[in-house]
Amino acid sequence: MQDVLEKIGRFTLHIFEQVGVLAVLFVRTLRQLPKIQVKNTIIQMAHLGVDSLPIVSLTLLFAGMVMTLQIVDILMRYGAQSTLGGVMSIAMGRELGPILTGVVVAGRVGAAMTAEIGTMKVTEQIDALRCMAVDPVAYLVVPRFVACVVMVPFLAFYGYLIGTGGGYAVATLGAGLTHFTYVNSIELFTTVSDVVYGMIKSMFFGGIIALIACHEGMNAQSGAEGVGQATTRSVVTSIIFIFICNYLLSIILY
Amino acid sequence: MIRLQDVTVAYGNRVILDHINLDIRDGETLTILGASGSGKSTILRLIIGLQRPTDGKILINGEDITVYQEKQLDEVRMHMGMVFQYSALFDSMTVGENVAFGLRQRTHKSEEEIQRIVWEKLHLVGLDDSMAMLPNNLSGGMKKRVSLARAIAMDPEIILYDEPTAGLDPLRCMDINRLILSMQRHFGVTSVVVTHDMTSAFYISDRLALLQDGRFRLVAPREEFKNTDDREVQRFIHGGEFPEEGRKAT
Repeated sequence: MQDVLEKIGRFTLHIFEQVGVLAVLFVRTLRQLPKIQVKNTIIQMAHLGVDSLPIVSLTLLFAGMVMTLQIVDILMRYGAQSTLGGVMSIAMGRELGPILTGVVVAGRVGAAMTAEIGTMKVTEQIDALRCMAVDPVAYLVVPRFVACVVMVPFLAFYGYLIGTGGGYAVATLGAGLTHFTYVNSIELFTTVSDVVYGMIKSMFFGGIIALIACHEGMNAQSGAEGVGQATTRSVVTSIIFIFICNYLLSIILY
Repeated sequence: MIRLQDVTVAYGNRVILDHINLDIRDGETLTILGASGSGKSTILRLIIGLQRPTDGKILINGEDITVYQEKQLDEVRMHMGMVFQYSALFDSMTVGENVAFGLRQRTHKSEEEIQRIVWEKLHLVGLDDSMAMLPNNLSGGMKKRVSLARAIAMDPEIILYDEPTAGLDPLRCMDINRLILSMQRHFGVTSVVVTHDMTSAFYISDRLALLQDGRFRLVAPREEFKNTDDREVQRFIHGGEFPEEGRKAT
């Protein structure tokens, strides 16, 4: 019992420590924001946005399809199949779109960021930046932070469309719902705020992913093993923070 | 003038540098020798402000940089260049972009002027035909030379070399040694070199310093260092044996 409590205590302390460290990096990033390197940021945006489309499409498409498959029978049992489009749209807009996009981006882009910056750290490239009087936060963190904050909401919106579309395909082709029933239900139940709040949440998730990925990369220990461990830590911590942040933002926004 | 005044570096109870004092004069080449892990590279990191000492002062042209904020340190670093042990080239950039990096980030020079400087510096190290190559396609010696070209791109007054000849064959070592000498002779730069390579050390240095147990055992001009009676220094120079002992053994 004591061991379990100790582990919970250590985990809680680790979370608070990470919050503190990220807050410091966040302030440093904001301070360097006016010196943003546009070209570098656009490259990061392209890398993050365009390159993530296939995996986001695949994840959200199948999530939408399987969710429809699971709930359409239950709704039909209660004669509520006409609400399916609205249920899917709200679920995708408010929760599944932002969360799944956040997790996918943390796994794909966050890991790549940590590995890249971690390799730069262990091969003294970050020291070389400092020797040339270039602030590593301005050069490495700011473009990635801005790219994530801007692109993750758009990816989440794209995921919302794909997920709802996947639901539409299963509902009309598999469950026998008409096009009108599904689309009308979306129009009836979904408000703009459902999607916009989801995008706002994604903006926070994007910031969290970038800050954690860059922090872990810049603090990677020497050697390939150190970079590997930093990459794993980056993905795990990002996902934990996304879930916690999602809960807190859901309380505030809805 | 670089002055290390009563500098101590410790990690917990482990003391790396123990109240060391060292003056490096303008325009001279000083080589720091010492066993692996003795704190030689730490001295370079202290001079360029990558690391702060636990105690003591580091004076660059009379100013104590240990109390400087990062922004003030950046101003000091604008007058320094560093050649890293493993070159530390940005592997996503070409050779030309590596050399141009500092100029693009920290100056307002036109692109034509930057290209001219890049060509000039690469020409100086004999790599003007490799501008478009990526670091991964270069040999160890070429990487070191690009690293040197990058370090001198901003025309620094001080160049710090961390193991500049490590891992190179004797011919490439001599190329690097000649480049270090030419930096001093043609541009009057102050050079601080950390190395294990005794041939290189005696070829390029005005003075040498041996770091042992966290302190300088001997800091002396080249000839004095070479001919010192200090047995520990002689042991280090000759790799643990005196020449006559080595001959007797064989």
